[in-house]
Amino acid sequence: MTLARKDVAKVAMLARLALSDAEIDTMTGELSKIVGFVSLLEEIDTAAVAPLAHPLDTQNAFRDDVPAASLTTAEALQSAPRHDGECFLVPAVLGESGAA
Amino acid sequence: MQPAELSAVEIVAAIRQGDMTAVQCTEAFLDRAARLDGSINAFLKIDREGALETAAAIDARRKAGKPLGALAGLPVAVKDALCTRDLPTTCASKMLAGFRPPYDADTVARLRAADAVIVGKTNMDEFAMGGSNENSAFGPVKNPWDLSRAPGGSSGGSAACVAADMAPVAIGSDTGGSIRQPAGLCGITGLKPTYGRVSRRGLVAFASSLDQIGPMARSAADCALVLETIAGHDPRDSTSLTAEVPRYSELLEQPLTGLKIGRVAEHYAEGLDPEVRKGVDEAYAVFEAAGATVHDIELPHAKYGVPTYYLIAPCEASSNLARYDGAHYGHRAEPGTGHQAEPAGGHRAESGSSQHFDSPLVEMYCRSRGEGFGPEVKRRIMLGTYALSAGYYDAYYAKALKVRRLIRQDYLDAFAKVDLIGGPVSATPAFKLGEKTGDPLAMYLVDLYTVATNLAGVGGISFPCGFTRGGLPVGFQLQGPALAEPLLLRATDRFQRLTDWHLRRPKQTA
Repeated sequence: MTLARKDVAKVAMLARLALSDAEIDTMTGELSKIVGFVSLLEEIDTAAVAPLAHPLDTQNAFRDDVPAASLTTAEALQSAPRHDGECFLVPAVLGESGAA
Repeated sequence: MQPAELSAVEIVAAIRQGDMTAVQCTEAFLDRAARLDGSINAFLKIDREGALETAAAIDARRKAGKPLGALAGLPVAVKDALCTRDLPTTCASKMLAGFRPPYDADTVARLRAADAVIVGKTNMDEFAMGGSNENSAFGPVKNPWDLSRAPGGSSGGSAACVAADMAPVAIGSDTGGSIRQPAGLCGITGLKPTYGRVSRRGLVAFASSLDQIGPMARSAADCALVLETIAGHDPRDSTSLTAEVPRYSELLEQPLTGLKIGRVAEHYAEGLDPEVRKGVDEAYAVFEAAGATVHDIELPHAKYGVPTYYLIAPCEASSNLARYDGAHYGHRAEPGTGHQAEPAGGHRAESGSSQHFDSPLVEMYCRSRGEGFGPEVKRRIMLGTYALSAGYYDAYYAKALKVRRLIRQDYLDAFAKVDLIGGPVSATPAFKLGEKTGDPLAMYLVDLYTVATNLAGVGGISFPCGFTRGGLPVGFQLQGPALAEPLLLRATDRFQRLTDWHLRRPKQTA
């Protein structure tokens, strides 16, 4: 199993990870090897098997919709890299950003 | 009285009876940690001041005749994956350096309510991803039995601090073996409870359908004591179980007469170290001497456990770790200046990247994550994102979920025939630091005997069953059906009444 370098670069963007060209090269080799290994599962016939997303037969846990105390604004912001006391501050949401 | 020589059960009794104060006990462990941890690196943070303050308050309340909690005065070390309001919580990642959680994990809150004394936060593989503790951004933990060897992972700091008597009890978390494997490699006892038995609230999420918190200690009796405090329903974790919590420590006495233990043919595959095999075979003999019977069983899909796990866990991780965006908390890349964005410090990407970002915000996300995460975390996020992406979802993620059902069915079939399943925890004793770091796939295979427990959602316990000629601990694992913690603990406790492997101490840290 060999992944193409351009696919790894695309996945890096989907994952929101800035990777250097060298990291993408290394990752292409490593992921190819790992994907090859997990492809071992192909030998099992699962046509009649339903997926199991969760180990226990859990049911949705409902509760009454009543107001209760939650984090204060100050607590929610206490570890924020940038904030103005009320909101998290982030760079511009729109507009071009160049390659670097 | 030397607190480091006492079990957790003895410590709690001694403080309750007034034979020792909480301050004396806490100080003794803190002094050991101060003396020994420079060479072991089990702790990311030792909270000497806070721990002694808590201990003094407990002593004062005892003196005043006020009621005390079930763990009053017991020093506990907590894996740095659990949120603590008054202590940094980093998950051994630069991404969370300096992060102060605004709340305590449910387990931490329960420990505090029971008057346990939290002495510090333990080292681990970054975001609990690893089997050797070498993926910590703050340096590897050394195995107290041989400082040139890995303690296992990801709860390697918790295992090492108990093995070196720097704390009588530690809390770990186990997504694919992260409590049991380091417990086995460090010669201590570690329990991964049934999925949902202990609340995951405030445990930094890695793979939410697999993660479970559990106790690590010298013995099953000590694990039982801690589990009865930390287990229980939490309305704020919708996957936590509502089943009543038994008094585990009161259920240890019954003999093992008639107990059926399964021996799994697939555990004797190629790669099992002969000395580990010998220890495991001798452990079965101990159980037989205690009145149990051993039966050969099969787990036909055992060899698919690791590949199934290494699809499901990275997929869930890629989703869970999307929250580290540089905006709400954690590491943030300094703003770039258009085409010449210059990341600051951390895991700075090497110069030369052809990536193009759609907006300044997206660039900030990508650079923060590129700098904050270490190589293994990036690898797993990439693997999970790939396996979930359009065109690959059915071939990888959906396929793994189907095999997960087959693996769980193997367990259900096995538990129709036997009460518990035995076997090795790891194929080899503790390996050398650096031995597997160049080969991610070789590191994944250290989870061979442990991942299926999490995929099936059942419980498992590991404990020492012998030593190699070179003096390294060999671990034995018992797995049980859902909510069989009383039986796992009782069987292990009986084993520990008949053997003294769990009482051995490493010479280096005497």
